[in-house]
Amino acid sequence: MDADPALVVSGVMKRFGGLTVADDISFAVPAGTRMALIGPNGAGKSTLFNLISGVYPLDGGTLLLAGRRIESLPQRLRVRAGLARSFQNIRLMPHLSVVENIMLGQHTIASGLGAQMLPLSWQRGWRQLAEQSLHDAGIDVDPDAEVSGLPYGVRKKIEVVRALMSRPRLLMLDEPAAGLNARETAELSTFLKSVSRDGLTLLVVEHDMAFVHDLCERTLVLNFGRLIYQGPTDAVQDDELVRAAYLGSRRVAATGGRPAA
Amino acid sequence: MAEAAAMSGYLSGTLAILCINLIFAYGIFVPAAAGQINLGGAGFQAIGAYAAAALSSLAGLPVAYTIPAAMLIAGAIGFLISFPVLRTRGVYLVLATFAFGEMIAGFLLRSEFFGGAIGMVVPAHIELPVLALSAVAVTVATFYLLATRLGLAMRAINDDEAAAAVMGVNVRAVQVTAFTIGAAFAGLSGALYAHNFSFVEAQYFNSLLSIYVLLFVLIGGTQTAWGPLFGSLFFTLLPELLRIGGAWRYVIFGAAIVLMMVVRPEGIVTRALVHRLFRRPAIPAAEMAHGR
Repeated sequence: MDADPALVVSGVMKRFGGLTVADDISFAVPAGTRMALIGPNGAGKSTLFNLISGVYPLDGGTLLLAGRRIESLPQRLRVRAGLARSFQNIRLMPHLSVVENIMLGQHTIASGLGAQMLPLSWQRGWRQLAEQSLHDAGIDVDPDAEVSGLPYGVRKKIEVVRALMSRPRLLMLDEPAAGLNARETAELSTFLKSVSRDGLTLLVVEHDMAFVHDLCERTLVLNFGRLIYQGPTDAVQDDELVRAAYLGSRRVAATGGRPAA
Repeated sequence: MAEAAAMSGYLSGTLAILCINLIFAYGIFVPAAAGQINLGGAGFQAIGAYAAAALSSLAGLPVAYTIPAAMLIAGAIGFLISFPVLRTRGVYLVLATFAFGEMIAGFLLRSEFFGGAIGMVVPAHIELPVLALSAVAVTVATFYLLATRLGLAMRAINDDEAAAAVMGVNVRAVQVTAFTIGAAFAGLSGALYAHNFSFVEAQYFNSLLSIYVLLFVLIGGTQTAWGPLFGSLFFTLLPELLRIGGAWRYVIFGAAIVLMMVVRPEGIVTRALVHRLFRRPAIPAAEMAHGR
């Protein structure tokens, strides 16, 4: 196992105009753990994902991915460094087939001129790997079907499999269980536990607290761009600040919001 | 007898235009497949045409040199121009490429060296077989390109640029490559035009031509390499077939275009259509699930 934490976020700042969306956020995700990131709507969860994955530049602070500074790397090099993510809304390529979407996820590991310039149909191995990954995740669809015609729950799962194809150290999922039914949610949880047993670290934004309790040992709570709780998932609902945040008491959260734990 | 000869002249003339249009269309299609609309196509075609014309008439080089050189020059200019141009997005990219096309046409019209408004005579002549061979080569090359991982990255960028970047795709590098290849193809079509018509004039490479070739591509469809093939056929042959309609043919043609956009807004040939036509036998998904 890596000695370094999978991710260390230190003093991360981000302002959009006059609005501070990330206010001195610091936390670490130990390698091999499953951590949840929760908070009320507009707390800055997706923004934090966008900052870590490189969609937006930081206004301050540092990011360490397995001990390596990544905050000034472009998105694609953060992927190469071992970071993968999904989006809150499904962002599969609608005009690519299922297997092509999965093979797109291999982009950083299939480097080299041959892998880039030979027709994909001549490189059987990559397609077999993609089909095997679909199969392992229990996705039972025609690999050559266009994704736009598939049910929501299936597309959601395909997006997770695609994010796994770059063999990341850290996988960040933005509301993976949103819109899934109870059975699909349970299947997703089982699948994510099985992939994290192979050493993968998970950081998951989620509103479904049952799913969070089932999947994640530790939880971070964000409110108005500040981290107000980090600690065991079991103790999160006993925390005063967290309760205040979810009940909507703006004053308590804004004045007392220092990281606990 | 004379009538038969005239018919065959008309036919080979139409086929020559079809081949040139097809290569030109692939020149616009390749960047379009990576999500970039180029409305300066005529400018790149003009660069290829005038490069071939100048090398042929002023330097006396044979077509074996002028055509590849014209393609290289157009590609190199496309590469250089792609850096400032690809900083723009959406409608601004369309305007930037349009401005580039106008700039090239304006430059050629005022340049003494390139014959100004009089144009240039191109001594070396090529016939239909060379055009047909080039058209086949460009078509095959484009199908090949789209079948590679680079082609997959292009199509991914066309669908969702931000999500492609998160997959680790070097969006800028892929778009520059596509734009450069497109410029080289457009340049090739210009060189072939110059050597087939034996004459180039700046007025021919106007904005209407840029609009037409972009329409070929958009109406044909940008999702698969079949699109430009059908788009070029549609645009080159339909006006000819409509000749019977006399003066009304442009009205009918315009109506046909509008109808196309209403019925198939993503182009004549979509990926879903190709998948339906070439569907492979039912996939072993169920088999795989049972055969652990």
